[in-house]
Amino acid sequence: MNIKSEVSCLVGGMQGEGIESVGEILAKALGRNGYYLFGYRNFSSRIKGGHSDFHLRIGKDPVYNASERFELILAFDHESIELHQRSLIDGGVILFDPKTVKIDQITIRGGIQSIAFPFSDMAAELGSKQMKNMVAVGAACALFDQPIGVFGDAVREQFAKKGEAIVEKNMAAVKKGHEFLQELMDTRFPLEKQPQSGQRLFLSGNDAISIGAVLGGCRFMAGYPITPASDILENLVQMLPNYGGVAVQTEDELAAIAMVIGAGYAGTRAMTATAGPGISLMQEAIGLAGATETPIVIVDTQRGGPSSGMATKIEQSDLHAMITGTHGEAPRIVLAPSTVEEAMLDMPKAFNLAEKYQCPVFVASDLVLSTSKQTCEMANLQLEDIQIDRGKRVAETELAMSGDRVYKRFAITDDGITARSIPGQKKGMHHVTGIEHGPTGHPSENPANRVAQMSKRARKLQCVPMNDAIKYEGIPQAEVLLIGFGSTYGAIREARLWMQKEGAAVGHVHVRMLHPLPAAEISQYTEKAKTIIVVEQNSTGQLANLLKQHISIHAKLHPCLKFDGVPISPSEITSFCRELI
Amino acid sequence: MATLHDYRMDITPNWCPGCGDFSVLAAIQKAAVNLNIEPENFVLQSGIGCSGRISGYLNVYGMHTMHGRSLAVAQGVKLANRDLTVVCAGGDGDGFGIGGNHFVHAARRNIDITYIVMDNQIYGLTKGQMSPTSPKGFLTKSSPEGNPESPISPLQLALSANASFIAQGFSGDIKHITSLIEQGIRHKGFAFINIFSPCVTFNKVFTYDFFKQNIVNLDDDPQYDSTDRTMAFDKVEQTDGFVKGLIYRKERMDFVDALPGRSGKENLSNQDLQLSADQVQNLLQRYM
Ligand SMILES: Cc1ncc(C[n+]2csc(CCOP(=O)(O)OP(=O)(O)O)c2C)c(N)n1
Ligand code: SF4
Repeated sequence: MNIKSEVSCLVGGMQGEGIESVGEILAKALGRNGYYLFGYRNFSSRIKGGHSDFHLRIGKDPVYNASERFELILAFDHESIELHQRSLIDGGVILFDPKTVKIDQITIRGGIQSIAFPFSDMAAELGSKQMKNMVAVGAACALFDQPIGVFGDAVREQFAKKGEAIVEKNMAAVKKGHEFLQELMDTRFPLEKQPQSGQRLFLSGNDAISIGAVLGGCRFMAGYPITPASDILENLVQMLPNYGGVAVQTEDELAAIAMVIGAGYAGTRAMTATAGPGISLMQEAIGLAGATETPIVIVDTQRGGPSSGMATKIEQSDLHAMITGTHGEAPRIVLAPSTVEEAMLDMPKAFNLAEKYQCPVFVASDLVLSTSKQTCEMANLQLEDIQIDRGKRVAETELAMSGDRVYKRFAITDDGITARSIPGQKKGMHHVTGIEHGPTGHPSENPANRVAQMSKRARKLQCVPMNDAIKYEGIPQAEVLLIGFGSTYGAIREARLWMQKEGAAVGHVHVRMLHPLPAAEISQYTEKAKTIIVVEQNSTGQLANLLKQHISIHAKLHPCLKFDGVPISPSEITSFCRELI
Repeated sequence: MATLHDYRMDITPNWCPGCGDFSVLAAIQKAAVNLNIEPENFVLQSGIGCSGRISGYLNVYGMHTMHGRSLAVAQGVKLANRDLTVVCAGGDGDGFGIGGNHFVHAARRNIDITYIVMDNQIYGLTKGQMSPTSPKGFLTKSSPEGNPESPISPLQLALSANASFIAQGFSGDIKHITSLIEQGIRHKGFAFINIFSPCVTFNKVFTYDFFKQNIVNLDDDPQYDSTDRTMAFDKVEQTDGFVKGLIYRKERMDFVDALPGRSGKENLSNQDLQLSADQVQNLLQRYM
């Protein structure tokens, strides 16, 4: 039997049936066994009913994206098989619940095995049909040759609140699934044993963003529910009060960002999180924050647009909205995390940048990054190194000595940054307005002042540090260069590894800061490359166009675009490359 | 001790001579001095409109925001630092038109801020179009055949949105509006004060004389009980909204106190932001 360094399984069923809890428990237990995990949830806008599935990839080495191929499908509905059997490897297994799947109505392709597994009936025998998910956990664990012991803790944690009796019952369900599978067949896909690991987390990008916000000193969050950003509001409503903060649900996104501006102005680290239509509503306020030099952080969990678009599907099409959105020209910074670890660490960074450069900072997430769960290595995070930098603030002593009645909050400076005074600071009073203003913040239409203030605000961005603004992977002198941002990192990385294995000289630039664009850093690699492929999930090539605006690479740049709502896969990238080269 | 001089700003307002907003500015300054609030602890938020320019005309932490959004910004300031006195001011278009949604929700949320609307029944800054408080049939540049819509009643709207303090005044009586603003600032919760503030340039109907002749003073009615919501509603109905005084007041828990785990805590703006190792551990526990 072939020992595997990596396996993947798909659990599918009707939305609302608790499909995700199978993945959750498997992930928790396998994570503790030292494996790395990536969990992707494919869901629709319906709450109950409608097909949904959870993809779990389990590896000996870190995994950054969902696998294209599965060893196992756990099917609670027809779609799980109809939609996904073509993704099974040869020799793959479908375990279906005969209660809900009429297998004779489905044509099963050759080379795979489909086996009736009475998940529901077994669970019912043990006392509750709901526990069919736990029976499935047991079956998967046997198929991957995992000792059942570690599942005890995971099940206990999941159900502890419901009492010991429920914990016991669920554990019995896991055991039953495990035993029944062993009776049915051999351990088909044994996973290579993994030595004990250091401390790890398993969490979604949205969880990481929420944690990162608290670590980064955020003490105020205002938001309005929207997929896929709502988790962040829900998380922070629970988390912030434990650290002296508050999260509020507002009447709309206009109020959310306006409150954030108020709180930021009053000296609190403040943020909002939204997506799609919410970003559209916030446009005017982004300009206000830019013009009034107020630090705020906006998380955009991009999803399919325009309008309501595809609310539960991935797209990376808000680049323009984040980089240039609002009328007129206002400064901002746009960070783009590409893994759950980066999502966590970009939040403290965003708050530091916002206060240092006194402008809005976007954290450009996307639906796949926000909702997929990944293993996160504590040792990589180095949370103890997080520093809080509150930027230039005017000292009380300085104000006390000043002869001015009104503080010159917007005085012109070399780097464009003026020390802030915060309401409550004696002699720090000044005016703030979205109207063009002079040093004290009072309106001015003087042409020279206009130019001075516009230039001051623009100048701030010239000082933004570019270290960590891109990450580069692959061979140093790559002829073929892949460029992307956000959650496509895992697929691009896997595609690169495959192509390198075949002998191609491939490199990968992942852009971690979209604005100001680290053009010089990117050029280092684009200069040497013969073919540049920009991979992004939108229909117009927003990143490709942005690159063309800053670097003259027009002739050798090829946009590899996908905008069907499905995460791009490594093989889509490799076949695009093969056709080109 | 703060003086009127401390609150003065050496800028001449760009309002038309005779505009009602001058009195509102003077009343806010007077109220702040009477309540002995230091200017550095006073935040004045304003919207966009002629009236919205008010935040630039006194020496406080003044913030001129967006058309219709000043109330939301003001709530953010108060949530960050409840030691500040937060007053928000703007026009009827700003507050009941484009910002109507925030008005209703700020009222029911009951954050401790004072909201002053300078109601001139018209859009001043954009030079004379109809507003949500323009009466039916009203002739303006955007309703040359007469306003086809019915106006809203700001006072009744505030009543139904559960505002805990509702008052109305008239720019022609500075002493009275000063007293209303003082009461509003002292009220712990959302205080709404609608002030008829004539636009002498674009509104030739709702003039100083009109209000002097038509406004009913609640102080003249010994039977009036400002804790009775039904009576308040009826009074507004009977007077067609032309009434001045304290319309309604009821103590209700302020939003910050109602937030779980917030009451009695240090202001958000004063928090120590660096977490201890234990705090980090607690934050991550759920995901281990
Ligand atoms: C989003 C937006 N739309 C339109 C405007 C233009 N605008 C400025 S003030 C105003 C109305 C002013 O009327 P009101 O709020 O009653 O204040 P007043 O000028 O009468 O004091 C309008 C429509 C704007 N500034 N912003
Ligand atoms: S136009 Fe009307 S509201 Fe505006 S300043 Fe002149 S009088 Fe006042």
